[in-house]
Amino acid sequence: MDLSLLTAVSEHEWHILPTGQMRVPGIVYASEDLVREMDHKVYEQITNVATLPGIIQASYVMPDAHWGYGFPIGGVAAFDADRGGVVSAGGVGFDISCGVRALYTGLQRKEIEPVKQVLADILYRNVPAGVGSTGRLHLDNKGMNAMLSGGAQWAVKHGYGRPEDLNRIEEHGCMQGALPDSVSDKAKKRQQDEMGTLGSGNHYLEIQEVVETFHDPLPRKLGIQNGDILVSIHCGSRGLGHQIGTEFLKKMVVAASHYGISLPDRELACAPIASPLGQEYLGAMRAAINCALANRQIVTNLVRQAFADILPHADLSLMYDVSHNTCKVEEHRIGNQSRRLFVHRKGATRAFGPGHPDIPPDLQAIGQPVLIGGTMGTASYLLVGTVESMKMAYGSACHGAGRSMSRHQATRLWKGGAVIEELAKEGILIRSPSRRGVAEEAPGAYKDVTAVVDAAEAAQLAQKVVKMRPLICIKG
Amino acid sequence: MGRTEKPTSMDAAEPSPRWEHFPHDADMGIRGIGHSKAEAFEQAALALTAVTLDPDKIHPHLKRSFSCEAPDDELLLVDWLNALVCEMDTHKMAFSRFHVSFNNHQMESSAWGEPVDRRRHEPAAEVKGATYTELSVHQLPNGFWVAQCVVDV
Repeated sequence: MDLSLLTAVSEHEWHILPTGQMRVPGIVYASEDLVREMDHKVYEQITNVATLPGIIQASYVMPDAHWGYGFPIGGVAAFDADRGGVVSAGGVGFDISCGVRALYTGLQRKEIEPVKQVLADILYRNVPAGVGSTGRLHLDNKGMNAMLSGGAQWAVKHGYGRPEDLNRIEEHGCMQGALPDSVSDKAKKRQQDEMGTLGSGNHYLEIQEVVETFHDPLPRKLGIQNGDILVSIHCGSRGLGHQIGTEFLKKMVVAASHYGISLPDRELACAPIASPLGQEYLGAMRAAINCALANRQIVTNLVRQAFADILPHADLSLMYDVSHNTCKVEEHRIGNQSRRLFVHRKGATRAFGPGHPDIPPDLQAIGQPVLIGGTMGTASYLLVGTVESMKMAYGSACHGAGRSMSRHQATRLWKGGAVIEELAKEGILIRSPSRRGVAEEAPGAYKDVTAVVDAAEAAQLAQKVVKMRPLICIKG
Repeated sequence: MGRTEKPTSMDAAEPSPRWEHFPHDADMGIRGIGHSKAEAFEQAALALTAVTLDPDKIHPHLKRSFSCEAPDDELLLVDWLNALVCEMDTHKMAFSRFHVSFNNHQMESSAWGEPVDRRRHEPAAEVKGATYTELSVHQLPNGFWVAQCVVDV
């Protein structure tokens, strides 16, 4: 991105002043290096989002921002229904409620090493991953509707987990306001055999070792120390979410002129929150959030079964589950007023600070855990939200490293087999049905996750707690 | 014949029907080029398949038919690609042969393929959906048609 187009407010905050049809400024939270690395398309997408009706304060992007479709990946924008605000299917994306959850294991690395190969094989066998994979659960229409209404609460009720898991999931595991009837038969059919599957692309299941801690006593307060083994699961709402995104993007593109909305990019397809289409989308999107929460809950159960087979003394309790492709209704202070806003986070993580009422009681003093996925060869991070971040971008932070090159550029530079061999030498075991998929996801195809996380901390969006390094990665 | 190098405007003017991929930060651009709009759509579908697996490895022995309707050619392209994505995901299918015909803003199409064999096909990233980003259906000065968009993977 051309720095001359931005005004530096601080080392990690850059403003784009409103011009043309922009209703609000654009605000980029990133280091100078990360801003320079961002494609000019990110600039175009920030400014396009700023033109949407009812947008409040600014069109924000996080330090890992990159070129998306409509909204940039790493984009955050909030809309007020009382001021003609919109809800945008493009502002949520296809993989609705894609997210990350982390589990404690109670184990240290020395306990994993002797059984690492076996554990990798069992996890790979237990957790369906990759194109064409199906889960063991087949949902009929009644079961599908119950799952879409109940989310992880439905999953726990059906034996996929522990009741206490729900305390550590956003929305207590169930997004209110889901309307299964707003989800098409096609979307439901696409999902009927995909519950409890990882998917492909950048989704993964990792066994990670904590290799660095920050800001003592934060790690201790979260019950983590160096050498601890964590499990990380990254996946979303699978085919159901993809189909809902597809269908509502088209409906909103076609309806935009009817609502008098001029779209600078068709991918920004949106509808007034108060309109029948806006309400229909919100109901379907919330059902997809429940699908993602149930999916991660079922995958968690499969992981627990795998551990029970070979490490029966491990206790896999849920640390936290956070989504990064959502639109949620939240109360935020704007000036002297508390306002009810529809906050879109596309490739951005909710990062509420200490004391926020939506954080579980036992985490109130610490802040909401923010899980940042890295690559299969580098690192992931656990952060927590800050009081400051609530005033910046509605309590939001980055969601991952962000790609630095396209998939086919990656396959020209790396071969999947060689990547797997190299990582094995570093003690990282990869299991994947697709060598090309591994090449596309090679660690070098991503930005430096540490630079992204450091920028998020320097901008005060979130605070680092621990750094994790992968030991086993199941890749779709 | 497909390929995945970054295309240039000169490439697009070369007189041979083909598909290609073009770069996008997180996702993938797909492009079909043909003597006619229908052929460009067919080639774009091959490019879609190639995002996930090698079309040459697919035996086209099962036929599926699709009907699409949209207000313009571009929305029709997205609609059709998404119909294929939905079929591929729901029934775990892969397609390598396509036939398309138009009647104004309606389109009839057929796709031939087989169920995904994970060992033989080695599928990589699945396509979640076709997007409106870089979406274009247009005719080049040399008469060839181009049909393209970015797909989310």
